[in-house]
This record gives sequence, structure tokens and C-alpha cells, in this order.
Amino acid sequence: MALLQISEPGQSTAPHQHRLAAGIDLGTTNSLVATVRSGLAEALPDETGNCLLPSVVRYLASGERIVGKSAKDEAVRDPLNTIISAKRFMGRGVADVKSLGSRLPYDFVESESGMPRLRTVGGDFSPVEVSAEILRTLKKRAEDSLGGDLSGVVITVPAYFDDAQRQATKDAAKLAGLNVLRLLNEPTAAAVAYGLDRGSEGVIAVYDLGGGTFDISILRLHKGVFEVLATAGDSALGGDDMDRVIAEWIMEQAGIAHDADHAQMRRLMRDACDAKELLTDVPSTTIRLERSDGTFWEGVLTREKFNELIDALIQKTLAPCRRALRDAGVTREEIHDVVMVGGSTRVPRVREKVAEFFQAELRVDIDPDKVVAVGAAMQADVLAGNKPEDEMLLLDVIPLSLGLETMGGLVEKIIPRNTTIPVARAQDFTTFKDGQTAMAIHVLQGERELVIDCRSLARFELRGIPPMAAGAARIRVTFQVDADGLLSVTARETNSGVESSVQVKPSYGLSDDEITRMLKDSMEHAREDMDLRQLREQQVEADRVLDAIRIALAKDGDALLSAVERAEIERAMEVVAHTATHNSDYKAVKAAIDALNRSTMEFASRRMNASIQQALSGHKLDDFE
Amino acid sequence: MHLDLSQNHFVLFGLQAGFEVDGETLALRYRDLQKETHPDRFANASEQERRLSVQLAAQINEAFRVLKNPLARARYLLELNGVTLDDTDTRMDHEFLLEQMELREALAEVPHARAPFDALEELRDQLESRERALIEALHRDFDDGSAPALARARDSVRKMQFIQRLLEEAEALEEDLVHQEH
Repeated sequence: MALLQISEPGQSTAPHQHRLAAGIDLGTTNSLVATVRSGLAEALPDETGNCLLPSVVRYLASGERIVGKSAKDEAVRDPLNTIISAKRFMGRGVADVKSLGSRLPYDFVESESGMPRLRTVGGDFSPVEVSAEILRTLKKRAEDSLGGDLSGVVITVPAYFDDAQRQATKDAAKLAGLNVLRLLNEPTAAAVAYGLDRGSEGVIAVYDLGGGTFDISILRLHKGVFEVLATAGDSALGGDDMDRVIAEWIMEQAGIAHDADHAQMRRLMRDACDAKELLTDVPSTTIRLERSDGTFWEGVLTREKFNELIDALIQKTLAPCRRALRDAGVTREEIHDVVMVGGSTRVPRVREKVAEFFQAELRVDIDPDKVVAVGAAMQADVLAGNKPEDEMLLLDVIPLSLGLETMGGLVEKIIPRNTTIPVARAQDFTTFKDGQTAMAIHVLQGERELVIDCRSLARFELRGIPPMAAGAARIRVTFQVDADGLLSVTARETNSGVESSVQVKPSYGLSDDEITRMLKDSMEHAREDMDLRQLREQQVEADRVLDAIRIALAKDGDALLSAVERAEIERAMEVVAHTATHNSDYKAVKAAIDALNRSTMEFASRRMNASIQQALSGHKLDDFE
Repeated sequence: MHLDLSQNHFVLFGLQAGFEVDGETLALRYRDLQKETHPDRFANASEQERRLSVQLAAQINEAFRVLKNPLARARYLLELNGVTLDDTDTRMDHEFLLEQMELREALAEVPHARAPFDALEELRDQLESRERALIEALHRDFDDGSAPALARARDSVRKMQFIQRLLEEAEALEEDLVHQEH
């Protein structure tokens, strides 16, 4: 009779515990959180049954923050302290924010780092902190609804977001205490939600027209693999622009084209938005306007007139569509499905024009407001390890080229747009003057040739180059973009080995110190102990690492390790397990985890090699079929 | 045994080194390799495995890019055969250079054309058809594989680089034209 097995106290016997994971769509106008329950992805509602959380945060003098609908309801009454559309300021400098137009009612102040902060009665806050409040609200909603701590989340960003905007989003998640499994591009998330990879093969387009941004992505689908071929867009084009052209038309008709005040403009924009939404279902609508002299204007806006007004805007979305098709190397005829995402794709004229352009069937069956969050939830479920057998794989690209400043204010592209990530690429540069001992590295993102036309991502210096004749030094600059689309840059003089590197922090981003300070501040606010929190984080990390290694050992330990090597890893595991349960110093737990990670380095590399061999040998069999 | 990140791209994909590459087989192997190495597969793995997976997936992406693109593939093959492409050597045959000058002039005229986008499209078509002819020549010369054939291949590659640069300039010009429209 086989003996019954008893596990060591405190050790989990089931390596595949279900982990709570969620997908978050952090939108300009509204945000959502979704999760996979019993195999079904669904958006989670608040206590009133509403899934959409308006992306609005109101700061009170007491230090209290109100997030969502109740904040939005006060936006007109308390504009300075109620922050809407913070997403538009993410990763942007004060100058960028000012160029967004004079219609912003906020009081901006510049921080030392050049990042804009919004002045409110409750204090000054960066857009990252405002977004963190929204994320915190969604985190709480998910944890209340699921009854446990979230182990990780996938947060979506517009595909056309640059490095600074992505980094800012990740910083906001960190502030909100979320473990980000992946930043996922919104159009890719939508494609996942439609599950078009199942059974169907071919090329699809995702047309994502939101309130303020436009993305187009071209994807090739093949048995669970979503391969983004190209993406393009316009980060300042959306439904808001439709409202504006309607408002301008009303002003012209009412004869007040030049004398509408701020308050009247706001009302006009609201009325225009209402008219736009009504015209989705009815052929015409009546608009009534009170002039400032108390007289009234009344007029009818027909759908035909509305179509005429917005045709130029729709046309503007088609140029990126053409560019994406060309970058993807596919013709319009090859596109067999077009997935429509974003509230603005409800407008019939948009659907008509897009169908006409692609000559393909439009997919509109999933709620365009929820589709992105649902796709993110599905990806989060896979990344959390809840579906080990799932074949789904997303291969995404960087939306904008990355390069360096060279002589004469020109940009040398290192990684062109639409390169599949992760990617690492190196290029050699040399010195310009005799005896030059330092080199300035200026990292840029964009398609234009001149530095002034591209976005500056970071600057750093490589120092200590041994003095040589001009042109003799060999400076190798390596760009690496990870699966979140985030860049790190290393510069190295190859003759002397002098090295300098940066994790590219956006020019207007938060420094690590600032994040730590903000985290501490918010802890103190909640009367929580920072050390305790760090200990808890390390304990969770210890569990995660032990779990991962246990699974790896069970699968490949016998084949890839000698008894001695295996014993060594198991010893390091015991140290981690013991330290994590008996030691209250987070640094000790971290040190034990680091030691364990080092002891498994060789094993990890052998496993990786073995899987590559397997992938190839699997194929050689197929080839004979 | 350490993960060999310097592996030849063809070996990494289990393919025979040569200019002839079956696009479908290449894409199939690429997807299978990514399924094993992509960072999404290691979201919960140890730090080592996560770092390795980023490096390896990046290498597979790079190898795929090189093998997929005829110009990059040809350059890579020449490199494997010990034929160096000295980028500072810009001597070209006279006829080719004349043609390049004409094409360059045509590109400079594009912004002044009545329909600049159409003019650009036409120029692009011309460049692409020249590119196709060079690719055909590359097939012949790499099949041959003799020293003179490889020298001819090297010539074709350099011509393709000229054309590639013009195509990139056409792209940059379009970017500017679109920008002006906005």
C-alpha cells in the first residue's frame, strides 16, 4: 500500500491556485474593470449596477477625494478642484499641456521635474496621481467583488501612446498598489475580446475611435496567436471633435459665431454631444439655443447635414488606415473583418465610411465601451497562470520610431515603428573631437528627421571615455524595448568597457524617489506601516517564486538537473520558505529570494534551450504529415 | 551549457542557410518559437527566466525580421559567407548612379506636383519594381554561390540599399506632406 503524503506545514500542495486577476481600461472619459469568472469575462459593476466609472476625481479641502459619477456631477460647479480627462496629460510637460488649448479650466503649476501639477484646494497633484485615484477605486471594486486581493492586472493604453505616456501609466498603477502583469494596447485587447483567432485565420483591422484618440491596428490571426503587423493613429482625434464641429455649426446658424462666452460654449458642446447621440437613431433633431441677449434660436440638424459636417474628420482617420496597411504589407482586399471599438464608432456615418474603405464586414456585436476591458481581463487571466494550456499569444509592436540625436540636430532611427516587441538593437557611434571624454545621449521618439519635431524621451551622459583621436572611440548604444513597450538604453565604450545606462524615465515623469515618497505619503494617510507593506510584498514574491520553481522542477528537474544541482536549488528554496515565514525583516526575505534566483539561473537557461529545441523538433514531425 | 544568444539565425529557426526561404514555414516556426519564449509565458516565472525570455524573444524577433526581409537576409548571408559590405565604399556603376540621380530629382519634384500623393505613389512603384528585379538576381547568384556570383550579389545588395534609402526618403516626405495638410 502506498504511503499517504503529508506536506510540510505552510507549503502549498496545489501549485496551480487560481489567482485573482483583472483587466483595467483606463479611459479618457470612462474607466472599467473586468475579470474572468467561471470562464466568462465580464465587466464589474459598482453598487448601483454601473460598469462605467467616469474618469473624474474631485479633491476636497479636507483631503478627501471623490472619484466617478459624484465627482463628475460637480464638475461644472467646482471646475478647478474636479479633474477630468487626466489621461490627456499623462507623460506630458507643462508646455504640451498648455498647447492642448485654452479650454482647460485647471490651474497648472510646474514641479521641479517639469511635470505639470494641478492645483486644487486639497493640494497639488500630478496627472499620474489623479490616474492612481481612479485605479485605486477600480482595484477596490474588483477586490470587493471577487473577495480577495488582486494578484495582478493588465492595464490598457492607446496603441499610439509613446514611451512617456506608457511609463506614466505604469507609475500610476504602482502608486495605486497594483501589480501590472502587462500594459496592453487597446486595439489588441479588443481583438482578443472578439476571439477572432478561434477557428478563423487571416488579417483583421481594429478601428478604435474614442472620445479623444484614434488608433488603427492591423493584425494577423493564427491559431491563438495575435500578431500585430502595424499600428497607426492620431492621439488628438475623437468624438469630442465631432461635438466641436456641430457646436460651430450651431453658432454660425444662430449668428453668434464670434461672441459665445465660456459658459455658453460649455452648454453648446453638451447640446452638440446630445444631438450627435440622438442622430444615431433618428433622421433629424431640433436644437434650441438661448442667445446672450435673451432671444432664442431654434433649428433642425438632419443626419445628412451632420454627415456632411463630420466627413472631413472621418476622412482624417483614413490616412492612418492607409499608412497602417502599407506598413503591414497587406492590401485592403486581404482584410476580412473590421472590429469597431470606442463610443464614436456608434455614429452610422463612421460605420458606413469604414465599411466602404475596407470593403469588409464590421464587427460591432460587443459593446464598444466594454470590449477593451473584457479583452484585458482575458489576457490577465492567461498571464496570471490560470489557463496553463491556453495557446493564446499576443505579439505587439512599438507605434513610433525610437532614435538618437546626432550632429546637426538630426535623428538617427535605431528601432523603426511597427517593430515587434520585445526588441533589442545596437548601433555604434564615435566621438566628434580629439580627446573627447564624454558623450551626450539624447533619446527621441517620432517619425520626423529633425530633433525639434520629435518627442524627447530622455538625456544622459556617457563619461570617462579614454581620450582618443576623433572617430577612434567606439560607443555602442543599445536600445531594449520590453513587452510593455517600455524602453531602456545602454551606452558602452567598447575599447575601454566604460558603461552607462538608463531605464528611460520620461523627461516629465516621476523619479523613483518621488514614487517612493508618494507611496509613503499615502501610507501615512492610511496609517499603514511602510515596512510592513514591504514585508508583505516580499512574502507574496517569495510564494510566487517558490511556486514557479516548484512547477519547473516537477516538469524538467529530472531531465535537466543532476542530483547535486537539484539539491542546491532545493536548499535555497528551504531558506526562502523559512525566512519568509520566520523573519520579519523584508530585506532578509529579499536577500533569500535573490540568492534563490541566482541558484536557478543555469536551470532557467537550460529550460529555455530545451523549449526551443522542442518547438523546432515538434515542427520537423509536422513537416512529414 | 549556456543559452547561446549568438546562434546563427538560420540555425535558431531550424532552417537551411540560403536566400530561398519559404515564407510560410518561417512564419510557422516563428510563432512556435515565440509561444515557448515570449515574456507573456513567464509573467509568473522567476526573475532569471523573465529576463532570459525578454532577451530570447527579442533575438527571435530580430532573426525573424532578418530572415523575412530580402535585403536584410541577403546582407546576412553575405556576412555568413565572409563577404564584407563596407558601407563607406560608395563606388557604383555609372549607369546605376545616373538612374539614382534621376529618381532623386523626381523625388525632389514631388512636393511641387499638382497631386503630390499620386506622384509619390508612382515613384514608389518604380522603386519597388527595380527592387523586385534585384531580388530575382539575388536568387540566381546565391544559388550559384561561386565567388564571382557572391561578388555580384554584393553589388545587388548595395544597389538595393540605395533604393531602400530612397524609399525611406519618400516615406519621410509623405510624413511631411501629411503634416502640412493638418
